[in-house]
Amino acid sequence: MADQQNPSNEQLLSLFEGMTLIRLMEERLRADAAAGKLPGAVHLYIGQEAVAVGVCANLRDTDWITSTHRGHGHFLAKGGDPKAMMAEIWGKRTGICKGMGGSMHVADLSKGILGANGIVGGGFAIATGAALTAKLSGNGRVAVAFFGDGAANQGVFMECLNVSTLWQLPLVFVCEYNHFCEFTPTATVTSGEIADRAKAFKIPCEIVDGNDVVAVWRSAAKAVEWARGGKGPFFIEARTYRIQGHLESEDLFLAGGRYRETQEVEEWRGRDPIARLRDLLLSKGVSTADQLDGISAKIAGQVDDAVRFAEASDPANPELTFDVMFSGQKP
Amino acid sequence: MARKRYIQAINEALLEEMERDPKVIVFGEDVELAIFGDTRGLLERFGRDRIRNTPICEATLAGMAVGAAATGYRVVLHMMFSNFIYTGFDAIANQMAKLRLMTGGQIELPITVIAGYGGGRSTAAQHSDTPHPLLMNLGGINVLVPATPADAKGLLKQAIRGHNPSFFLEASGRGGDSGEIPDGDFIVPFGKAAIARRGADITIVAIGSMLKPVLAASEKLQSAGIDAEVIDPRTLVPLDDESIIRSVRKTGRAIIVDEARDRCSAASHLAAIIADKAFSGLKAPVKRITVPDVSMPYAPNAESRVLPNEDQIVQIATALVRTKQLV
Repeated sequence: MADQQNPSNEQLLSLFEGMTLIRLMEERLRADAAAGKLPGAVHLYIGQEAVAVGVCANLRDTDWITSTHRGHGHFLAKGGDPKAMMAEIWGKRTGICKGMGGSMHVADLSKGILGANGIVGGGFAIATGAALTAKLSGNGRVAVAFFGDGAANQGVFMECLNVSTLWQLPLVFVCEYNHFCEFTPTATVTSGEIADRAKAFKIPCEIVDGNDVVAVWRSAAKAVEWARGGKGPFFIEARTYRIQGHLESEDLFLAGGRYRETQEVEEWRGRDPIARLRDLLLSKGVSTADQLDGISAKIAGQVDDAVRFAEASDPANPELTFDVMFSGQKP
Repeated sequence: MARKRYIQAINEALLEEMERDPKVIVFGEDVELAIFGDTRGLLERFGRDRIRNTPICEATLAGMAVGAAATGYRVVLHMMFSNFIYTGFDAIANQMAKLRLMTGGQIELPITVIAGYGGGRSTAAQHSDTPHPLLMNLGGINVLVPATPADAKGLLKQAIRGHNPSFFLEASGRGGDSGEIPDGDFIVPFGKAAIARRGADITIVAIGSMLKPVLAASEKLQSAGIDAEVIDPRTLVPLDDESIIRSVRKTGRAIIVDEARDRCSAASHLAAIIADKAFSGLKAPVKRITVPDVSMPYAPNAESRVLPNEDQIVQIATALVRTKQLV
């Protein structure tokens, strides 16, 4: 039964599907990156799925999100089309951005996805601007700024905490604390607690286990209700872990250099958010193992379809570069 | 037609466009009080939902303009002095200029950024820059440099109604200059230069704030028997290079006067275009009169030393016209 506190069984299954879709898409991208099939770099979301899915389950199509360079998960969780995302990453004209943006810039305005962003911290102010227009329109929309622990050290973070509080904007800050700022452990470049920075502005704040999708869902439900109700911003810090490197193929240029221990990665792998939800679904008797395997198999088929679609699509139209630089004007 | 001051023209454009479209919003530092006068009266007329003071946080303001425009509003962001564009530059260069392309054209960003530029008032190096070369180089950003009240009004209205980010650079300290403004609703299209003065002997391209000294110099040249044609590009992106080329082909000589620093300025860009497209018509080298590659000093006499001035324009134009045709 659904309430403010807990997702219904149906919602739990939907969270499972959402997280599995992201995982299988990312695993496929990992393989295709390793095989040299993708034109650009990919930053994978493996291990962090509970955050995007738990938050976006509380959003409507008309709500806005801004995302990060590790943005595939947010795109899919907010309802972005897997085929269009895959084709984008493959650099095809059928891509969601027609091959002009690539992995780090997947966006779908029709789903409220203002875009992944290659600039660390680039989404804060865009989300704040979206929250401003939501407030001015009185349309009940909220904006969510997904960002990493690395972005929390950017100055715009403080600026947007200030502005959004000052103007009581419907904005939810979701810090995905994945423990790394690119190739540097966050603890070595960060003073104090990130959540304390939000607390300094008297923004309501929750720190949750980012690998527990139910905990994220619950916190996000509260945050979105708060923001939608006109009470101003809300801050969530979801503690999770980046299982993959900063980007695939980093081993090639790190030349054996290391920034973390294998043991640490393995410990976090043991807290896999999808496995945890699976255990919950089984222990609550919501589903059987066969049913869950069936869901995963169906999603694997969807991922295959997406890759087939991407592979079969025509390459991007280079002339489009000149057509879309400006609206209705030559560059 | 009515005679109005430059700053009044800007004020009228804002007022009329806000009246015309409820989705036009204005924000920036101190806009409620209107320290330049350009936003005066807007708060009383439209209220704080439409125009509001912001904290001093340009990086966020530029990004917010992107977010607000992407979600359906027409944003006028007042950045006060052009040097503050630099503090907001990340969102300008990385988001505002690029988001439309990166999203495959999904996003339209009707954003007008207003900022005062230029020296001459002892505001020293951090309040005197002329940043249009930097903006021209970004791609994806229109760059407007109105020199007259009529162009200020017409270009600003066009920018606010437009579909792309536009930087409306107002010449600092020129707010009191007056000029005739057409009555009623009018716009000035982008990418259409104005011939500010017709002449046959030499083409002088005057960018933004430089129009005034160029026109004054042209009068002096006239009394010395030199007939200068003065072109005001009005917008640097998009650029009406055809009008400039046509004029240079006619006169055979060109000077570009630009308050930006010389290196990679609008002047050097135009000089390259002229050399490329009007080479066979040139009777003399193309000259640039710009600010040297230094920061603007504070003391009035030191400032005068580096700003382009009338005498310099007269002197260089005279020398060019006396140059024999190059073989």
